[in-house]
Amino acid sequence: MNAHAQMAANFLANRERSDWHDQTLWMVRQKRDRVALSVPEWEQLREQASKIKDNVLSNLENYLLQFEQHALANGVKVHWAVDADELNRIVLKIINDSKAVRVVKSKSMLTEECGLNPFLEKLGIEVVDTDLGERIIQFRNEPPSHIVLPAIHLKKEEIGELFHEKLNTEKGASDPHYLTAAARAHLREKFLSADLAITGVNFAVAETGAVVVCTNEGNADMGVHAAPVQVHCMGIEKIIPSTADLGVFTRLLARNATGQHITTYTSHYLKPKEGGEMHVVITDNGRSERLGNVKYRDSLKCIRCGACMNTCPVYRRSGGYSYRYVIPGPIGSILAPYADIKKYKDLPFASSLCGSCTDVCPVKIDIHQQIYYLRQEITGRSKFPGFKKISLKLAAKIFAAGRWYDLSGKTARWAMKHLSRKIIYHPLNAWGRGRELPEVPERSFKEWYKKNIKS
Amino acid sequence: MHSLKIGLFIPCYIDQFYPGVGIATLELLQKLKLNVSYPLKQTCCGQPLANTGAEKEAIPVYRNFIRNFSRFDYVVSPSGSCVYHVREHYDILEQTDEVKKVRKNTFELCEFITDILKIDDLKIHYPHKVGVHQSCHGLRGLKLGKSSEIIAERYSKVHKLLEKAGGIELIKLHREDECCGFGGTFSVFEPDVSVRMGLARVEDHQLNGAEIITATDMSCLMHMEGIIRRQKKNIKVVHIAEILNSNSL
Repeated sequence: MNAHAQMAANFLANRERSDWHDQTLWMVRQKRDRVALSVPEWEQLREQASKIKDNVLSNLENYLLQFEQHALANGVKVHWAVDADELNRIVLKIINDSKAVRVVKSKSMLTEECGLNPFLEKLGIEVVDTDLGERIIQFRNEPPSHIVLPAIHLKKEEIGELFHEKLNTEKGASDPHYLTAAARAHLREKFLSADLAITGVNFAVAETGAVVVCTNEGNADMGVHAAPVQVHCMGIEKIIPSTADLGVFTRLLARNATGQHITTYTSHYLKPKEGGEMHVVITDNGRSERLGNVKYRDSLKCIRCGACMNTCPVYRRSGGYSYRYVIPGPIGSILAPYADIKKYKDLPFASSLCGSCTDVCPVKIDIHQQIYYLRQEITGRSKFPGFKKISLKLAAKIFAAGRWYDLSGKTARWAMKHLSRKIIYHPLNAWGRGRELPEVPERSFKEWYKKNIKS
Repeated sequence: MHSLKIGLFIPCYIDQFYPGVGIATLELLQKLKLNVSYPLKQTCCGQPLANTGAEKEAIPVYRNFIRNFSRFDYVVSPSGSCVYHVREHYDILEQTDEVKKVRKNTFELCEFITDILKIDDLKIHYPHKVGVHQSCHGLRGLKLGKSSEIIAERYSKVHKLLEKAGGIELIKLHREDECCGFGGTFSVFEPDVSVRMGLARVEDHQLNGAEIITATDMSCLMHMEGIIRRQKKNIKVVHIAEILNSNSL
C-alpha cells in the first residue's frame, strides 16, 4: 500500500476515534450548509470571488507593486522573500535588529509551510503560538492536522492531560471552559511580555496597503497591540484589489470554514503604531511557478477556509497526518505535489474523485479535476513498479479490442467461479479485504444479447 | 422518437457481472418504443485506466468507443460515471465531428428519459422502501441533481422518476449525497478508507429503514453489495434500471 493508504489504515484501526473525527468534521460541514443557506446569493458570491481571484492572478505583479507603494507610504516596511529560506532569514533579521527576545505568533499557514518556528527555535528564539489549537499542538510538538482546526485530531480529555502537565490544571479536568481559561491566563502573560508579534495574512488590500487578519480568539490583535514590532507574513496570492472586494471574501470565509457568519475579529492593519514598527513579508516560495501553469494556477485562489477538508469523506476518515504535508486534504493533494512530486505522489490517488471539494470551494477551484490531471502526470512520469505498468498496458490492450475483452471477461468469470475461496481471497486481493466479489452470472450481457436478440 | 437510432452502451463490469442491469436497460428502452441496438465490439469507456493516471494508454479504448457508437443519434448507458467520462475526458482525442457528436449525445439512462424523451412517469409499481444513493459522477459531474454543497433550489432527475412509482417509499438519509468510496481503482489502492466509506453509506440506509439501495451506477452498488454480503447485512442493492423497468408500459 502507498503511504497515505497505510497511514489511513492505521488511523481507521481505532474505530471509535476515527468515527468521532468523521462525525465532528461532518458537523462543521452541516453548520456551513446552514449559514450558507441564509445567504440567497451564495453561488453568485462564489462566482464573484473566483473572478476577483482570476483578475488578481492575471495582474499579480501590478497589484503587488500597488500594495507595496501604499504600504510604504503608510510607513510600513515591505520585504520580498523568494522562498522559505529567505522568509525565515528576513524574520530573523527583524527580530535581531529590534533586539526582540520574546516572540508571539498568531496563525499562519505560510510560516508553517516555511518552517519558521523550527528555524527560530534552533537559534534559541522561543516563538509562542497564540492560537489555542496551535498552542496545543505546539505543546505536543506536532504539526497541525487541519488548517482551520489544527488540533482536531485530539479529544478534550487528551488536552486536559496535556494542560495538567504544561499548565498545571487539575488532573483529570477536561471541561473546555476550564481548560480555555487556563490557556487564556497562560497566553495573556505571553502577550504582555512579547517584544515582537508575527501574524499570517488572510487578505492584503492593494489600494490601501492594509493587511487583514481574521481570527476568532483576537490573538492576532493581542499580540500586535502589545508588542512594539509587528510582522505580517503573506504569500503573494493573498492580494486583493480593493476594500470593496474584501467584503465578498469575508462573507464567504467564516461561513464556509466554520459555519459562523463572520470571524469574531476581522482586523485591518494599516500602519505602525506610534513608536512601533510594522513589517510585511511578501513570499513567493514556488507560487509564481504554479501561476505559470494554466492547469494548476487556480489552486492559488485558495483562501484557506478548510471546507474541502470538512467535506472530504477521505480526509474525514484518514486524518490530516496521512497527507504528511503542511496543508492536508483535497487542496493539500494538489498543492503538495508542487512542493515535492516524488514524496507526495500518492496524494492525488487519495481521493475517490467525488467532487464534493469542488462544489464546496468558495472560490470555485476545480480541485477534483486538478487531482485527475496530477494523476496523469504522476503515472506518466514515474517508473512505477513493473507489475503496475504491465497490468496497465495489458488492461489497455484488452479494453481496446472487443475479442480480447470478451475472452478476458470469460476467463475472469470462469476463474472466479471455479477457484477456491482461499485463492480468490488471497491477502493480495485488496478488494477482498472488506468486501465480497460479485456473484458470477451464467453469462455476460453480451453473450445473452447474442443468444437472445441477435440470432 | 421511433426513428431515433439508440446505441446501448453497457459498461464492462455490468456486462461481466450484472447482465440483468443491461437486460433491464434494453427492455425499458424497447418498451419506450425506441430503436435500440447494442454494438458487439464495445468494451469499456477507458475510465479505469484514465483514473489511474494512464489516459494516454486509454486512447485506443476511447477510439474503440467512438468507432462503435458514432453512427447513433444517442448513446444511452446505465452508468452516470462512464457517461461523465466520455463527455468530460474524451477531450484529449482529436475533436473530429464523430468525437464531438458522441460526446454530446451520450446520456445516462435517467437523464435520457427525463431530458430527451421528456417522460417523468414510467407507470412503475414498486412497493418497497428505497434509499437512493446519489452516485457522485452522475450527481456532481452530470448534474443529475443538486449536490448538497450547492446553495440552490433542489432537484433530482432520479427522484423525479422514482417519486411517481406506485407504492414506493423513498427514505431520507442523514447524509444525502456522501460518496460510497468506490472511486474505481481507489477501491483497491485505498481499501480501508474505501470500505469504511461504503459501510457508512450502507448503515445510513439501514438506519433510515431502507430495504433497497438503488443508484445510477452499479459500480457503487457492487462495492456496497460486497460489504453487505461480507457483513451479512439484511439490505439489498438494485440498479435504477431494474426499478424503472418494473413497469407495465
